[in-house]
Amino acid sequence: MKSREPRVESREAAPAEGGPGISQSLSSVAQAGAIRNPQSRGSGASPWHDALRRLRKNRLAMVSLTVLTVFVMAALLAPWIAPLPFDKTNLRYGAKQPTRTHVLGTDELGRDLFTRILYGARISFAVGILATLVSLTIGVTYGSIAGLVGGRVDHLMMRVVDILYGLPFMFFVIILMVIFGRNILNLFIALGAVQWLTMARIVRGQVLSLKTREFVLSAQAIGASPRRLLTRHVLPNALGPIVVYATLTVPAVMLEEAFLSFLGLGVQPPMASWGSLASEGAAAMEAYPWLILFPGMTLTVTLLSLNFLGDGLRDALDPQISSHR
Amino acid sequence: MLGYILRRVVGFLPVLLVIASLSFFMMRLAPGGPFDQERALPEQVRANIEARYHLDEPLWRQYLRYLGEVGRGDLGPSFRYPDRSVNELLALGFPVSLTLGLCALTIALSVGGTAGVLAGLRRNSFLDYFAMSLALGGISVPNFVLGPVLMLIFALGMGWLPVAGWGTWRHLVLPSVTLGTFYAAYVARLTRAGMLEVIGQDFIRTARAKGLREASVVLRHALPGAILPAVTYLGPASAAVLTGSVVVETVFSIPGIGRYFVSSALNRDYTMVLGTVVFYSVLLLLFNLIVDVLYAYLDPRVQVR
Repeated sequence: MKSREPRVESREAAPAEGGPGISQSLSSVAQAGAIRNPQSRGSGASPWHDALRRLRKNRLAMVSLTVLTVFVMAALLAPWIAPLPFDKTNLRYGAKQPTRTHVLGTDELGRDLFTRILYGARISFAVGILATLVSLTIGVTYGSIAGLVGGRVDHLMMRVVDILYGLPFMFFVIILMVIFGRNILNLFIALGAVQWLTMARIVRGQVLSLKTREFVLSAQAIGASPRRLLTRHVLPNALGPIVVYATLTVPAVMLEEAFLSFLGLGVQPPMASWGSLASEGAAAMEAYPWLILFPGMTLTVTLLSLNFLGDGLRDALDPQISSHR
Repeated sequence: MLGYILRRVVGFLPVLLVIASLSFFMMRLAPGGPFDQERALPEQVRANIEARYHLDEPLWRQYLRYLGEVGRGDLGPSFRYPDRSVNELLALGFPVSLTLGLCALTIALSVGGTAGVLAGLRRNSFLDYFAMSLALGGISVPNFVLGPVLMLIFALGMGWLPVAGWGTWRHLVLPSVTLGTFYAAYVARLTRAGMLEVIGQDFIRTARAKGLREASVVLRHALPGAILPAVTYLGPASAAVLTGSVVVETVFSIPGIGRYFVSSALNRDYTMVLGTVVFYSVLLLLFNLIVDVLYAYLDPRVQVR
């Protein structure tokens, strides 16, 4: 009941706050890197430029970024680079070890595993990114309202978050998937609706500390509306932690999607995600171990890269924390 | 302290009411009932079954009846296993899930805590990098991949441990490791960060200046502060261990609650699903309370009012 409240609010406020704010920020990251690069040798670089420089130095994060770029490109281009249709079966061929035509082998129905992993990547990445956007919208809206309004409202809203934190949320997602049907749209809404809690806490903390700063107070004194205050002054300055946490939400959501698909509650056949491939592989692994090994390895490498990248971003955007490491 | 605990327990009641109501209406919204079968039942039989489980009453009466029963601790009869109450089924599965969960948490705290403390003490050493790479790996391997792979290696390949099932301690090894790895990795990272935070503080320098042995400095003075982040994490972790055990119990065919939760959700065994959710919620609220009390005990700066 309580968790429905913020969702309604987010629908009204999302286009104004979540959307443009974030795309602006991303382009400003790009600008910070591209435009200011030549002139800013030495001092006077923007914080984003500084962060980008630090990130470039982090070899693990850059390797991870490369791996992820390759995987995402492969997923986008799957229809063109896949050697075979993803649902083409060949019952007479059956499950075979990797050969030259089937680089990762075939499953029991003779489907090419490499092709299936490629198509699975589309689902896994799509769910990861879309559910993260859902959680970002809810979390940023909820957290900003709590932080900006403050006082008793803030106290109440954060108590709700505290309580929700302790609940077995995946059980609710499982029930949701059973009730509303197992399609992808429901999947990412359900997962995003579960993941917003930490984001709300982070944003609220940032808003609380930023709203007493001079530049915000002066904007307020000029007569800026609360919405303008939030989107123009507060949120752009809270972007670092938001970006870092969003990056770390993607692997968490992808893992949960795989978890649900593994249980048979996520993506339905003949479509495949990495989770459902792992599930099929686990069922047949005694005879055909490559069916679990390859999807499992792909998923693990992806999650590892996302985690490395998230850690790298945190170090790059928050030098205070990285000095501890 | 006692007053604090009492107030927290009273505060649980509205939370539980919301949870029970939410899951009740969510299950009833679902299309298809528990007695839908391929073969249509005769009208009279159907009516009798529905009367027995009070499914013929209006929804609000079913709801009030349910709340009343839950309030008395009775989770009702299972729709799927006739003549079995949900309480009985939970009592059968819970010791199994609890054993598994406790083993996993023990592994997480002992292995993860030790690794974190050592890595924090020897910062930027080989040991540190090794442990932290391993930890990041542990966070990234999904348990439904780790489980089958461990099974493939140690049960099917080496034949050291049983493949699946439940009964002896040997059955417990692979599932506990599978379930515990993620949390061990997470605890290791948290403890390392906590150690780095604490070890630079003045009271540690004082302890060293007094001439205490290094072991005593670390164990008596630094450790309580260093494990605080990990203790905070225990609340969410216990929730996740319960969820994770759904997969692990499925992979290793363990007769715990998690395995039956998914099948009862798919079978629309309303009472069983509701019962599990309510039961686990109570458990988690209690566990979070214990963690908070423990936290106040470990950190003298935290005042419990």
